Amino acid sequence: MAHLITLLFASAILLITVLLVFELYRNSALAREKFGWQFLSSRTWDPVFEQFGALPFVFGTVVTSAVGLLIAVPLGVGAAIFLAELAPPRISDALAFIIELLAAVPSVIYGLLAIFTLVPLLRNTVQPFLKQTLGFLPLFQGPNYGVGLLAAGIILAIMIVPFVVSISREVLMAVPVEQREAALALGATRWESTWKVVVPYARAGILGSIFLAMARALGETMAVTMVIGNDPKITSSLFAPGYTIAAVIANEFTEATSDLYIHALIELSLVLFILTIILNGLARLLILATQRKGTAHP
Amino acid sequence: MKKQSAFPLALTLVVAGMAVALISEPERQWAAPPPSPGLLINGAGATFPYPIYSKWFDEYHKLHPEIQINYQSIGSGGGIRQVLAGTVDFGATDGPMSDEQLGQAKTKILHFPTVLGADVPTYNIPSFSGELKFSPEALAGIFLGKVTKWNDPVLTGTNPGVNLPGDDIVVVHRSDGSGTTYVWVDYLSKVSEEWKTKVGKGTSVNWPVGLGGKGNEGVAGLVKQTPNSIGYVELIYAIQNNMPYGRVRNSSGNFVKADLASVTAAAAAAAQEMPEDFRVSITNPGGKNAYPIASFTWLLVPAKFEDGAKRKVIVDFLHWMLNDGQKLAEPLAYAPLPKEVVAKETKAISEVK
Repeated sequence: MAHLITLLFASAILLITVLLVFELYRNSALAREKFGWQFLSSRTWDPVFEQFGALPFVFGTVVTSAVGLLIAVPLGVGAAIFLAELAPPRISDALAFIIELLAAVPSVIYGLLAIFTLVPLLRNTVQPFLKQTLGFLPLFQGPNYGVGLLAAGIILAIMIVPFVVSISREVLMAVPVEQREAALALGATRWESTWKVVVPYARAGILGSIFLAMARALGETMAVTMVIGNDPKITSSLFAPGYTIAAVIANEFTEATSDLYIHALIELSLVLFILTIILNGLARLLILATQRKGTAHP
Repeated sequence: MKKQSAFPLALTLVVAGMAVALISEPERQWAAPPPSPGLLINGAGATFPYPIYSKWFDEYHKLHPEIQINYQSIGSGGGIRQVLAGTVDFGATDGPMSDEQLGQAKTKILHFPTVLGADVPTYNIPSFSGELKFSPEALAGIFLGKVTKWNDPVLTGTNPGVNLPGDDIVVVHRSDGSGTTYVWVDYLSKVSEEWKTKVGKGTSVNWPVGLGGKGNEGVAGLVKQTPNSIGYVELIYAIQNNMPYGRVRNSSGNFVKADLASVTAAAAAAAQEMPEDFRVSITNPGGKNAYPIASFTWLLVPAKFEDGAKRKVIVDFLHWMLNDGQKLAEPLAYAPLPKEVVAKETKAISEVK
């Protein structure tokens, strides 16, 4: 009986996902017919002349999430290692509690925080500094508004760090003490046992937390749209404004009047869905590839 | 379960519940259903006129307690869609419906202008805190990305004596689809052929340059924070937030500052040539005191109502709106309709059958 019920629940979730994809597919029919595959390669988003293309939004989504992950993953995993291995238990619990609270802060609050503190900081201090020191890279060239891809990437990093920290910490704490003892017994230093034995053992869980963080970053809407500048262009500079799929849907859906416009927005959400699946798939392949030489066992 | 440990929890919950009940204000209740036999009328649409519509429906309800008009500000696009689908009794929009959209309607949809709004150019130049004068060429050039510096001749020409800096202009526009945008780009389409062919008009457009802010507050926030920036916001928003904004040159050559009088003058000037269905753009009208970037906002009412009771209420409301309702507009900083338009509309109400 219990077997049947749990099977039912699992099937229900699968069914909901299938229905979701089906509805997205069905309600993007006009746009798919008109633009075909060009939708993915076109850079134009023109609601007046009804030319829609997804490329700038895919670019913005991927770039901001990449920046967010690049900042959040080292920070998060490092913090998790500290909290799990090196900090006294009471401090570890207290800090972990506070970090988990960060995950509960609504997205809009992060957006407001970003507008009032992060953006001026970037415009007045950080971006000029980056321009001076690393300005030879095209990433750090161009006019400095404060809002832009970098601002969005940083606020995303702040939002996804709690996921990485809290899950990685749990996984690291769940590594059997025998592993650590064995490493120490073999003559490893404290750090060597942590980095070479404990962390690889927990790798699957840590990577899982990174997937979760990535999924959140890809779909994050409000905080991003408040600081990204909302300009659907593809540039080589992180200082430039950009646009993400979630942001454009949130901004334009309520006022979209023509059917083609609405279908184009829905096709964008289908693109985001598939993008998330692809990125997740690639990440899992990465685990499989590195698992051969590693020691991690789920 | 220990009896001791349940009590504090229960007490906390009860106290919390009482606190919530005491703190919540009595006015903030969901609209109570009208006393039976009551009538509930549903409308949805534009966000710009939501404050005045909210006031009107509330006042009307006080006059007719058995009638409740419920309005959801979901956006002009939503209003048009819902009225076409017949899920609401009336809609509201900041931009008139196109011929194509009207063609999709099962019954004829009538447009009734209710109040006027306007867009103003707001800017942030660190070295200058006065009032700038903008020509149509300047505004079009800036938003096309052609005029890139504050000391461009097209700006210095209309502002003699002002020391405009040679810094780059940062353009700010709306990221969300909006009637505010519609008015702005409608004006630009009229004064700039290049804008008309390259960008066009709509509630969302493909902006050649600029940062996008969400809502009037997003644009205002970006302009306030970003030096050397310029953006456009609703007049009412600028007034209520004490924002500096510039004058715009109208078609008679006068640099007019937007206020309720100049906005009403814009509608009066356009009233002469107003089409019967009121689907008119009143940007860049004639009239020497007219502010050139103004617009109506409309109620979308089906010409035919199956429900006789609803029809009576809507017709009565429209009459009330054109008379007593207009008096409530100014205190909320909406420009009332000029009397020429009111007269025309009063006649048009008879088309609702």
